[in-house]
Amino acid sequence: MDYYDPKDLKRFSEMGKFGQELMKKFLDYYNAATGEDGALTKREKALIALAVAHVKQCPYCIDAYTTQCLETGSDPEQMTEAIHVAASMEAGITLIHGIQMHNALEKQGAL
Amino acid sequence: MSQAHALKRKIVSIDPSDEVKYNFYKTLGDKRQELPPLGIDTLQVNVTRLCNQSCVHCHVDASPRRTEQMDLDTANRCLEILGEHQQIKNLDITGGAPELNPHFDHLVREAVKLCKHVMVRHNLTVTIDGNPVTGESKSYLPRFYAENGVEVISSLPYYQEYFTDKQRGKGVFEKSIQAILLLNAVGYGRDDSGLVLNFVYNPAGVFLPPPQKSLESDFKRELQRKYGIVFNNLYTITNMPINRFKQQLKKLDAYDEYMTRLVNAYNPAAAEGVMCRSLVSVGYDGRIFDCDFNQMLDLEIRGSGKPMTVFNFDYEGLTRRRIIFASHCFGCTAGSGSSCGGATA
Repeated sequence: MDYYDPKDLKRFSEMGKFGQELMKKFLDYYNAATGEDGALTKREKALIALAVAHVKQCPYCIDAYTTQCLETGSDPEQMTEAIHVAASMEAGITLIHGIQMHNALEKQGAL
Repeated sequence: MSQAHALKRKIVSIDPSDEVKYNFYKTLGDKRQELPPLGIDTLQVNVTRLCNQSCVHCHVDASPRRTEQMDLDTANRCLEILGEHQQIKNLDITGGAPELNPHFDHLVREAVKLCKHVMVRHNLTVTIDGNPVTGESKSYLPRFYAENGVEVISSLPYYQEYFTDKQRGKGVFEKSIQAILLLNAVGYGRDDSGLVLNFVYNPAGVFLPPPQKSLESDFKRELQRKYGIVFNNLYTITNMPINRFKQQLKKLDAYDEYMTRLVNAYNPAAAEGVMCRSLVSVGYDGRIFDCDFNQMLDLEIRGSGKPMTVFNFDYEGLTRRRIIFASHCFGCTAGSGSSCGGATA
């Protein structure tokens, strides 16, 4: 059996079992932030969520937001570009930390 | 006859276990809804199952190998019905590729003479491909449509090649663009021409269609930018879980997931606008059904113990009938709804 079972996504609300009020607050917030048109459209929000899902490597979110992107009108080309934005951000974030390495090298007199 | 009896009698293409799991009548009961006929303003006529394409989603299972054709007597009887009933304002001709029926041009011309609004479900590529059996050219179609003021309604699953060819076959997108440009050249899709060109989007997979208006904006922007194409409206429709698409769902082990999504997305407002309340569908053999989907499932309307056909057509009886619903009807009532004219809510 896989550690991540796709069917578990449907059990998400069970997280309210020992904290119903907090779970309700979370779901209200989550649905308002991701599931409604606002200053950003639902389609734009779905593409952002898809990118975040890949950065955080959440299989549930990748499944859910692949569908959400398609159902809000995005196509595979646009979805792939969203993932490239996420991937390039991750690369840039890794590389900018190289400056910290430079600072450390400097402290040690090696730079 | 009760709806349950009507359903039991002719369940040749329906899996009874699906009807238990995805029970449309129960949902109607739970929502306290009834969906009686409102009248018949459209006679939808399926004149052939022959098609030059073999699309993966096709609920008709149309292809170049199909041979079913409406004969001249049946087509003429449809025209008589149109002439006898002023209430029926529209003739909606579908297939297959309806232009591959030998009596298609006659049907269009005569219906126009009766002052009926004629709509044709035109797959675009037949203009380029011609008849796959006889090789007969169909390049006259754009001019023919314009001369007869036909409303052209064409499947175009996406404004890019990828989704279109995946669903309709390799090379279909390119040929569709050629055919649309020919329609534009005779005036179709231009605001001042009166010649209406509508496109139909359906999802290229196991998901529901995006909102119609926003997708229409994308289609208009991208088709204009890339090809200079203009059109009037985009209709979004949901893939029906029957025939070829149902087989695809089963193959992907996604049938239950898809049905659950449709059931959970049931929208009472969309249900109010289902097309079976205002049209009847005529098969190539003259039998009459509640819609094109019921036709493909052989869920025929009966009157006086026998199938109702165009030869014993009874307008009043049809407006009093009980529409036959089954699990596939959730496809028309999910989300924003789905009909031959796109979203219903």
